[in-house]
Amino acid sequence: MEFDDLIRHIRAALPEAVAEEHPEAFSPWIRVERGQLPELARLLRDDPSLDFAQLMCLSGVHVPAAGDAPETLWSVIHLFSPRHHHKLGLKVVLDAADPVCPSVAELWPTADWHERESYDLLGIRYLGHPDLRRILCPDDWEGHPLRKDYQAPATYNGMPLD
Amino acid sequence: MDTRELILQGSRLPQRGGDLMTLNMGPQHPSTHGVLRLELTTDGEEVAAIRPHIGYLHRCFEKHCEVLTPPQIIPYTDRMDYLAAMNNNLGFAVACERMLGLQVPEKVEHLRVVVAELNRIASHLVAIGTCGLDLGALTPYFFCFRDREMILDFFEEICGARLLYNYIWVGGLSHDFPEGMDDKILRFCDYFEARIDNELNPLLSFNKIFIKRNADIGVVPAEQAWAFGLSGPSLRGSGVDFDLRRDDPYSIYDRFQWKVCLGQGLMGTVGDCWDRYWVKVLEMKESLFIIRQALAARPKDGDVREAVPSRVKLPVGEIYCRTETPRGELGYYIVSSGGNTPDRVKVRAPAFSNLCVIDTASRGMLLGDVVAILGSLDIVLGEIDR
Repeated sequence: MEFDDLIRHIRAALPEAVAEEHPEAFSPWIRVERGQLPELARLLRDDPSLDFAQLMCLSGVHVPAAGDAPETLWSVIHLFSPRHHHKLGLKVVLDAADPVCPSVAELWPTADWHERESYDLLGIRYLGHPDLRRILCPDDWEGHPLRKDYQAPATYNGMPLD
Repeated sequence: MDTRELILQGSRLPQRGGDLMTLNMGPQHPSTHGVLRLELTTDGEEVAAIRPHIGYLHRCFEKHCEVLTPPQIIPYTDRMDYLAAMNNNLGFAVACERMLGLQVPEKVEHLRVVVAELNRIASHLVAIGTCGLDLGALTPYFFCFRDREMILDFFEEICGARLLYNYIWVGGLSHDFPEGMDDKILRFCDYFEARIDNELNPLLSFNKIFIKRNADIGVVPAEQAWAFGLSGPSLRGSGVDFDLRRDDPYSIYDRFQWKVCLGQGLMGTVGDCWDRYWVKVLEMKESLFIIRQALAARPKDGDVREAVPSRVKLPVGEIYCRTETPRGELGYYIVSSGGNTPDRVKVRAPAFSNLCVIDTASRGMLLGDVVAILGSLDIVLGEIDR
């Protein structure tokens, strides 16, 4: 299915789900309100004509405040359907003061580790995740290194870091 | 009754009381292929659950990318999957070229395919060798490394480096092939094809003990393989007919004749350790086909740095671009706001997703099988931890 057909199909089933569409992007994506994500994700995976069986990637992005635009965090999912060979990007834009996003680990088990990584490095909390703890940094690490305003600590457990 | 059934039966005796024990495998363990810690919960000889702990090799690749220009990032990509650095370079270069809309010269495309496939063979040789080594087959490991050494010698001659190449640049290559390189590679192809059939297969692939240790072990059904994000030989080992070189083409792979190799359950069940192993053996032969075709079709003249931009400035936008490395789907998610450095580079490392199936695949298996499963998944911790 082409991107436009995908959007039409999604809108027919869930009229509220697509908040913004970006067909012109290098990898076309749609913006999803976080409240809509669980329902949309289930539709994308289970509808036979969509059939997104593969979650290729789940990434977190930190976007600092610039001008009028507030500071946000993105949770971006890239999906692929091996049967129909179509792709779709989903972006959930989160307020930096309340970075909570629904987890999709139940639908795609591979999201489990990606969400843990996103939590570890960016501090996005995934609601409903089975085991949300740090994955790359040590458990007692402080802060989220991929935030743009992150300051590396001078010491870790009394050991100098520079 | 064979040994495996005896052990299983013994471990199921009711007087054992069903006590669970927690064992640490790693972080310093020869069979974890790097610094990986597996927290094993065992029920007698059986594995009840595995909690992998990763991150020991975390070197902040994605943080570094915030302050580096794309040409500066390429050497860092080498250090993720250090067994297939060419393929990592290629993935990043392709992602940048798609964003820039850059047309790469024919000659460069052909040479890229040659080095990428040579590196695939070199990487599979390590995977196959260590897969046997972990199960006690010492000799094939040396033979694999002997042949891999020849490929590393080619790379050294081509770009001066044996492991971390920084060879594939955005828009081109760092060096042209030296005089006579094509013939050397073609001679290697003939030599190596015979080695697979006459040496590797009788010695390891169809070795009775090796089959016993791998067949019906760690079975991952196709549907589960997709759900857990498996890719590359681990996905095809489960019988899934999917290869990005054919199904999401990049570079010039669509011009060559070759076939996607699948696990068929020849020795046991589709998706077992032996299938994942066997797919790698078959893929090495397919890579040889591709190399021969690419060398035959390649233009001889032209400057490999001709299309390399003097300054790489990614346009505003975001891309998710994926390529097939020896371990599977390597994806780069790049967000740029038009500056000299990208805002965000996230790497979807194939081994990262491949490893997360180990808990599911190992449950109910014997403790010793974990080593076989880990070996067949062919992980490189450098790209898991980044």
